Amino acid sequence: MAQIQQKGGKGGRSEPKKYDTRVDFTPMVDMMLLLLTFFMFVTTLSKPQIMDIAMPSDAEVSEDMAPKVRESRAITLLLGEEDKVYYYLGKIDESSYSDYTTIKETTYSTRTSNEGLRAILLERNMEAVNKMRDLKLERLERGDQMPVEEFNERSNEIKGDIDALTVVIKPLQASNYRNLVDALDEMQICSVGKYAIVDPTEGDLFLVENYRTRGAFGEANLAPQTP
Amino acid sequence: MAKAKKHDVWIDMTAMSDVTVLLLTFFILTATFLPPEPFRVVAPASVMEIKIPEYNVMTVLIDLDGKVFLNIDRPDVKLQVLEQMASEYGVTITDQQKRVFVEQPFIGVPMNRMPAFLDLPMSEHDAAMRNYGIPNDSTNNQFTDWILKARALDENMKITLKADETTPYPVIEKVMKDLVHIKANRYSFITVLRGAPDGF
Repeated sequence: MAQIQQKGGKGGRSEPKKYDTRVDFTPMVDMMLLLLTFFMFVTTLSKPQIMDIAMPSDAEVSEDMAPKVRESRAITLLLGEEDKVYYYLGKIDESSYSDYTTIKETTYSTRTSNEGLRAILLERNMEAVNKMRDLKLERLERGDQMPVEEFNERSNEIKGDIDALTVVIKPLQASNYRNLVDALDEMQICSVGKYAIVDPTEGDLFLVENYRTRGAFGEANLAPQTP
Repeated sequence: MAKAKKHDVWIDMTAMSDVTVLLLTFFILTATFLPPEPFRVVAPASVMEIKIPEYNVMTVLIDLDGKVFLNIDRPDVKLQVLEQMASEYGVTITDQQKRVFVEQPFIGVPMNRMPAFLDLPMSEHDAAMRNYGIPNDSTNNQFTDWILKARALDENMKITLKADETTPYPVIEKVMKDLVHIKANRYSFITVLRGAPDGF
């Protein structure tokens, strides 16, 4: 609001009029700050994150070309309905198909609690998790002076270790997109470097069905011969 | 009698105004607006902190029923791919229709309906698109054609997938299989940021 003061003589000699042309900028500043806040929020929110994944090629891979994984260091996650996760360790042999307790059930972890999937992965991948933590601490101590290449190289070394955990993610038809992203997220959190998204096999479906029916399905049906 | 003195407290706001205008300009210029999508999508949250690249990105938008829509952020590539697609599917597209095509951020109709779709007013595009999506079944997979042609022009173009977090997995699986089938094994999921749990 411009304040214009007018000093005028009443009658008599007319002296040169003096205008005070000071403009009050306060409302303008108010509006600017409002717009500023708006744009600050919009810019940070509009930029989404991306999660890179590399899928295995569907071309046939010969036996000796296939990556070698230690059976004892492998864990298979079956992403099921209603945010359930079924998992089993290592490889399943013929005899364990009939036993419905071969697979276990858990849930996804939340931000505040490590219970569920994260606890299971952490327990089995403690070494890599600790090494990654040390690496991150070292980077912090050096005041973020560590080049990105060095950090990536060393973290790949830790995650790619032969004794590091290998996770096979098999989303079932009943799962949803969030389940898949949550599972992939746990790989990041638990420093798992070796993981793959694979289709569930007949054997996996048999195990899950058997687990749901507490063994009744396994009694009525024969276990698949080639897991 | 002593009269209460009146102070004129006048703060000069000009400098403040200058600063805010400067900051505002900066934020307006750096703001990146997402292309308007034909429907609302709530992306799942993840702890990944990698930002989506500024440029040279293809976004595959998947709706809950499995309809796919494609956004190519480079107008030059988009136009060339349209021309190739049009000749392959025997569709003629006028210059006016091409201009509309470049304006519309998402591709989402079968090729045989493309000219009629592009003649519609812009305001009806989203609604019309939601009924179709790019055909991606095994006999008529125009979706992989679009991607293959765009990647032939620039193989470094990044593919990102965007879907609602409640999308059933088989729907996503279909698109993922299609991409692997055309040897596009590396792609990204679009997620929104959530904080990592304490200590990680």
